[in-house]
Amino acid sequence: MKTSLQIEDITVTYGNFTALDHVSLELKQNTTLGLVGESGSGKSTLARVIAGLITPDEGRIVLDSQVLGKRRSREQHKMIQLIFQNPDSSLNPRHTIRQILAEPLLFHKIVNRSQVDKRCKELLARVQIDENSLVRYPHEFSGGQLQRIAIARALSVEPSILIADEPTSALDVSVQLSILELLNALKSELKLTMLFISHDMGVINAISDTVAVMRQGKIVEINQKEKFFSHPETAYSYELLSAVPKMDTIPSDRRFL
Amino acid sequence: MKSIQLDTQLQENRKGKSLLKKVLNTPPLLWGGMMFALLIGVAVFAPVISPYQPSHQNLFAILQPPSTKHWLGTDQLGRDLFTRVIYAARTDLSIMVLAEVIPFCTGVFLGMLAGYYGKWIDTLITLITDTLIAFPFYLIVIIVAFASGAGQKGIYITFILVGWIVYARVIKGLSASFRKQEWIAAAQTLGIPGVKIILRHLLPNVLPQAVVVLMTDMVGLLVAIVTLGYLGIGIAPPTPDWGTMISDGQSFIATAWWLSAVPGCAVVYTGIALSLVGDGLADIWRRK
Amino acid sequence: MMAPILEVEKLSLATRSKKKLVSNVSFTIGRGESMGLVGESGSGKSLTLRSIIGLLPPGIEQVSANIRCSGRCAMIFQDPIGALDPLCPVVGQLAEVVAYNQKVSRKASRKIAFELLDMLGLPASLKQKDRYPHQLSGGQCQRIVIAMALACKPDILLCDEPTTALDVTVQHQILEIITRLQKELGFAMVFVTHNLAIVSSMCSRLCVMKEGQIIERGDTLTLLQNPQNPYTQRLISSVLPVPDFERRPVL
Repeated sequence: MKTSLQIEDITVTYGNFTALDHVSLELKQNTTLGLVGESGSGKSTLARVIAGLITPDEGRIVLDSQVLGKRRSREQHKMIQLIFQNPDSSLNPRHTIRQILAEPLLFHKIVNRSQVDKRCKELLARVQIDENSLVRYPHEFSGGQLQRIAIARALSVEPSILIADEPTSALDVSVQLSILELLNALKSELKLTMLFISHDMGVINAISDTVAVMRQGKIVEINQKEKFFSHPETAYSYELLSAVPKMDTIPSDRRFL
Repeated sequence: MKSIQLDTQLQENRKGKSLLKKVLNTPPLLWGGMMFALLIGVAVFAPVISPYQPSHQNLFAILQPPSTKHWLGTDQLGRDLFTRVIYAARTDLSIMVLAEVIPFCTGVFLGMLAGYYGKWIDTLITLITDTLIAFPFYLIVIIVAFASGAGQKGIYITFILVGWIVYARVIKGLSASFRKQEWIAAAQTLGIPGVKIILRHLLPNVLPQAVVVLMTDMVGLLVAIVTLGYLGIGIAPPTPDWGTMISDGQSFIATAWWLSAVPGCAVVYTGIALSLVGDGLADIWRRK
Repeated sequence: MMAPILEVEKLSLATRSKKKLVSNVSFTIGRGESMGLVGESGSGKSLTLRSIIGLLPPGIEQVSANIRCSGRCAMIFQDPIGALDPLCPVVGQLAEVVAYNQKVSRKASRKIAFELLDMLGLPASLKQKDRYPHQLSGGQCQRIVIAMALACKPDILLCDEPTTALDVTVQHQILEIITRLQKELGFAMVFVTHNLAIVSSMCSRLCVMKEGQIIERGDTLTLLQNPQNPYTQRLISSVLPVPDFERRPVL
């Protein structure tokens, strides 16, 4: 399978604190890499490095055989999009949904001005949000709806890689499930490569093809999902898995997708 | 627990949607707005309201007490006091508004620049604001007023020099806190350049706070204009101005106290109106 | 059933603008029993818990209620670092609670505080050198909060999502501690959470809340295996399972 994003030896330090310590990862095309770790393990920092929000001290990122430099071109910015944890703060509170979606469309010249409205409606339909929402402001929506709109904005520029940084941890369980279903559907429809960050093993199990475990800025294990969940290779993965509270009443082989 | 409170707030907010309803629900803004509107109205329609000219002298009727002919009496040159007070509102308010335009724009912009980019831009702007703030404001005003000659010019120049500091400081702090919000990160991920993020994303979010500061700052500016007039280095006579009027009336304080008291009250009235408006606006945006 | 230690009857809460938040919630808990209160955000589960101990947030009023409680209550909170005074060293805070609740001297209160620290498995170094909340991890802070709750010698422990803000491994430890302490000390427990897996291991009875009402209640196992209410069914089916792994010793 083709490698779509290659992360080589990324190191990020803040003063004496090493947030990322020589991290290397590989994202295969059309697969989802689930990245697990506890708070402070550096998973969000890694997401921001890949999205170009943080410049790493060392290492490089290769996207489809192009090395991403310190300043990315418009085209390179477009290719990698990020979805954030907190839907309440990921949309500008003083912009309408139309402004939020139209800005990337116009900036990256995805469509011309006359077709913006049509495309905005298509995007909303894709994430199952009513098209009348275009004139509304973010505070009028629930957390799950906001996350859908944030997904629509990320998809508006037709990226090839989608990074989701704990996109469901601020949401209720029933909403979480619908967001995961949406992301999975979009992934196969749009041929996306996804990096999905979460601290929740159940979520990781539901969405990933490959699992990577981070601890204190280092990758401690990378494994196929089935292997990871049945035969964790490192003591830390084992510890993580055994700490997950189990619901004995549900057969564990049930899959939701 | 937090989420529960937020939910209820959201819904209450949704109910009172229209701007008018919001204003009516905020007594300070309602009263302040009405007071200020009255003031502006009187200033604009001064020629219609008053039958006299502000500089029309009548040496046969000097220092008259209030009467039906001269509502607030006349001054030492026999000019109608009421007419002068409302014409002075024209002068002082227009200078006040005009002198705020440039400092407001530069202050807000520099504040956003410092807050958004941080690093050396922030250091530089902080250095300038801290240096300028170390000088007493009136010292600078008086020096510039003398250097540029009396009149409105001094006020405009001083304010362009130092007026932006208040805005820059407040807006810098605010922008720096918005900078950490995820919608800024989202715009950056989309590759939108910094200046566009500042103008399109940051500006609408900091503007409400900037307007609140503007209201309180205008009160300070008005007091400065009046003080300069009082000191005799502000607006040159015969243009009516509250400060000069207070100063002129001082000699007759024992016999005709209203000559100083009326323009003084006008300054207080304007100050209260603007403060109430600022307070009310801050209330509305805090509730949101 | 044993004599109830806590009875809540027809509890209704509303905001000042008369928006109903909780309506007609009733339940009873026997001595040493543990009950789970589950629901999604905005279901009123935390408010119900808070009204038992009288800690309603400002702007929310008790419309009607008949709460009979024949024992002492103590509460542990979702955000452990926020539940501690940031400017007061933790052992000092704990000793103060002990001194106030057990009416003992300062010296004796410190001794009891140290015993509580041991009981919760907090590092012994705290005895030599007291620390401020920000110098401890979230898990350690939560242990201090639990110790403070235990210092009240509670008959009922009210838990408001005590592990939601913590990492899984830490969550595991905290839950183990609570279970162990309940066995040793025999307090009753009301456990508020949105995590069904946690209640299934912690509580014998369960109430499911939605929009301020209890929509289903019963024995935990029966309820989870055979939910009647469609909302409960949806809630259960939303839980994402983690497959069992082979329990082999790892190097």
